[in-house]
Amino acid sequence: MTTVLLGSISRLVTVTVDGRELRVPEGATILDVLRDRGVETPTLCWAPNLTPINACRVCMVEVEGSRVLVPSCARKVEDGMVVRTDTEKVRHSRRMVLELLASSVDMDQASTDVQRWMVEYGVDPARYGPPAPPEDDRAGHRVGHHHAPDGSTAANVAQPVKVDNDLYVRDYARCILCYKCVKACGTDAQFTFAISAAGRGFDAHIATEYDGELPDSACVYCGNCIGVCPTGALKSVREHELREDGDWRPEEQTVTTTICSFCGVGCNLELHVQQGSIVNVTSPSDHDVTHGHLCIKGRFGFQHVQNLPDA
Amino acid sequence: MDLHLSTAEPTEAERRAVDSAFAAHRSPDDVPGADVRFPDSGHAARARRHILLPALHAVMDAVGHLTPGALNHLARVLSVPPADVYGVATFYAMFSVTPRAPHVVHVCDDVACAPAGAEAIIAGLAEDLGEEGEGKEACWVRSPCLGLCERAPAAMLQLAGRPDVSVAPAAIGGLRAELDRIATEEPGEPNRVPAADAAFADATVSVPQAGQPQLTLLRRVGVVDPESIDDYRAHGGYEALRRAVALGPERVIREVSDASLTGRGGAAFPTGVKWDGVARAPSRPHYLVCNADESEPGTFKDRVLMEYDPFGLIEAMTIAGYATGCERGYLYIRGEYPLATRRLEHAIATARAHGYLGADMAGDGFTFDIELRRGAGAYICGEETALLNSIEGHRGEPRNKPPFPSTSGLFGKPTVINNVETLYNVLPVLAVGGEAFAKVGGGRSTGTKLFCVSGAVGTPGVYEVDFGTTLGELLELAGGVRGELRAVLLGGAAGGFVLPDGLDLPLTLEGSREIGATLGSGVVLALDTQADLTGTLRRIAAFFRDESCGQCVPCRVGTVRQEEALARLTRGAPKGPELTLLDDLARVMQDASICGLGQTAPAAVMSALKLGLL
Repeated sequence: MTTVLLGSISRLVTVTVDGRELRVPEGATILDVLRDRGVETPTLCWAPNLTPINACRVCMVEVEGSRVLVPSCARKVEDGMVVRTDTEKVRHSRRMVLELLASSVDMDQASTDVQRWMVEYGVDPARYGPPAPPEDDRAGHRVGHHHAPDGSTAANVAQPVKVDNDLYVRDYARCILCYKCVKACGTDAQFTFAISAAGRGFDAHIATEYDGELPDSACVYCGNCIGVCPTGALKSVREHELREDGDWRPEEQTVTTTICSFCGVGCNLELHVQQGSIVNVTSPSDHDVTHGHLCIKGRFGFQHVQNLPDA
Repeated sequence: MDLHLSTAEPTEAERRAVDSAFAAHRSPDDVPGADVRFPDSGHAARARRHILLPALHAVMDAVGHLTPGALNHLARVLSVPPADVYGVATFYAMFSVTPRAPHVVHVCDDVACAPAGAEAIIAGLAEDLGEEGEGKEACWVRSPCLGLCERAPAAMLQLAGRPDVSVAPAAIGGLRAELDRIATEEPGEPNRVPAADAAFADATVSVPQAGQPQLTLLRRVGVVDPESIDDYRAHGGYEALRRAVALGPERVIREVSDASLTGRGGAAFPTGVKWDGVARAPSRPHYLVCNADESEPGTFKDRVLMEYDPFGLIEAMTIAGYATGCERGYLYIRGEYPLATRRLEHAIATARAHGYLGADMAGDGFTFDIELRRGAGAYICGEETALLNSIEGHRGEPRNKPPFPSTSGLFGKPTVINNVETLYNVLPVLAVGGEAFAKVGGGRSTGTKLFCVSGAVGTPGVYEVDFGTTLGELLELAGGVRGELRAVLLGGAAGGFVLPDGLDLPLTLEGSREIGATLGSGVVLALDTQADLTGTLRRIAAFFRDESCGQCVPCRVGTVRQEEALARLTRGAPKGPELTLLDDLARVMQDASICGLGQTAPAAVMSALKLGLL
């Protein structure tokens, strides 16, 4: 007898996207449908290997019957749903979300997609005024209080980089508060819970307990927070140093896929190599074993393969 | 989960405070005698995460701030990661994770109190105690609206080791005397009634109509003794519950539906639909939540109801629980309402002692009990899903909807959430029947409505009028406008302005919507020609920036940019670009914010600009 493994059987529902009627599986999100049909939708807090976070509000679409826009990443399709992705309202919200972020956060190291969206949607962060100077102790702000602004500068999250361990840095001047790192550290991957959102409103930020240093926290240095960070707020010390020295050259990097040799799990690794040296290790988010997440050994334990005799 | 705890230890006082929170909030499924308070007790310990907020309160009440030792201890006994405990503790304005004076004077400088002399109080306190938040024994901080607008200016004393008290009207002399008294006097019994409560003995200050025969919702205010269940019963108390039990749950919901009762918290959702949804939900248990986190600037109606007729809310919650199949109700009251909290705690205990709460109440085979939870200084927790997260011991961040609370609410269970005033309306619905109730007013606006009239009027206070009364009539009822009227702020900070030529506006949901306004939480703040309108608008913009939870970009950054643009406008920047910018911000906040806070954050500013008030 042959056993045939069937995936979960799902009913199809009919939705209309930008005038096109589509039959899509029940339980899919609007974003799933859009990505499947090649409708480019900007996302920041969404990742294929995390449950939808629904915080950045850049993937918004119009759904008929809804007074406000709807996050495509989190909203599941319903039979008869009418979705519009290219209306003035949608474009305006996407432009403003990107513009508000660019005016308050350093987005220079966000992906090339993000850079392109900012151009395509016509983002102009300069109209909010020159950025306010960096602050050393943003975490010290009293909750629910702030100094009345005079409007001459634009408040932002500029602050010094936190370098408190050998493996990775936290550059919160680049943090858009997408919560991806919190989820990867917590229930979506690692179950370590070393970090959480702290504070409130514009002073909300990602922190360990008492805004302490990573070595004093529960952090196990798996680096899965780095793996999901969309803006370069979290990155390896190696990448940070290369960037600081002006030696970071992504266009010259090659990616080699291999399997981690540390244990029997069989995690796929992607070795990012620049000038003959590994500069980063990632794992594909669609890999059955890792879902894009690794442990400290897979992500950072590559020094031994580079112990080449000095030429 | 491996908890990574520090070596910081709690003091004896902190340990006792946490123990008291555990004792007060035992879960119904607790195994008697079992102590689950160690890190490896797994689900049993983590299921108690809802004790986090009460425990943080207990430590604040005892010590005055949250030390690393106390937070570490809480993480251990609740099996919650320390980073999460810190994240929750830093979410609320009434908590401090840095050392702070044990006696804190919260001075309201919001829309009603600022014109009434808040700055003079602040100047005086700054002279005595130093900069905001500084000081060894006592300190002062600015506060958003304390919900005491009819007695402006207002202050609240948050006191470690003794009960918090509201002081209104506040004056620098009185506050100095109170602080001196506290500094020299022994705290005494922790539960004793503070002397400052005596200032609230005269209900007519809050409800000038008190005692008038036509009142429905306010009929017991100033008439009954708020601390006596016998007096409550002598004035018709618990008749509605008896009637409800005689009708049965389905008929009760039908009466509420027939009454066309709509929610009074601002969103005006039909109460009958909400109740019916939860009553029919197959998942069990069902929960009832009373949203008493009244924090909309200019709003104080719920506070007044709870202070002067606390048993009314207990009875109404019991009826709601009976109709929707809930055995447990949570009453989430804002942390800045110490007197209402005391009155309700007393009412709950008394009702329980008289068999009106608990198992097999009044021999009817129906079980219902109420647990009171205090907020801790976060306007956003008035948003229903943020409130649920707050009760569960998470940060008060709104959830994505759907799912709606009626299918997945508190602890993931079907939950009915009603505002205080909505629940009080259930009593007259049952007294006269749904159809008779619906004869007052019309359309979706049936019954009577409470309005919080403050600002430049002769007699500020809570007024009860039939839906359909005009704005002008309401202002006349409140003693007329003092001076020359410039504008009325209708609906609160999330509402809009009405000009003097709009006083014939009928106060209904439909009427206000027609002119692009909202009744919101019933705020009617009169501003005369002397009023600092620019200052009022800037205060509203600052309020939303302070109270945004920070979760979504449109609200977190949009409220900051809105306040900055307003600052530039008031400094005389060219109007064109600033108005374009404010309009762009308003649209993204309205269209793309997760919750009602962000969606309404630009409402008042845009209304003022449209009417040329700036």
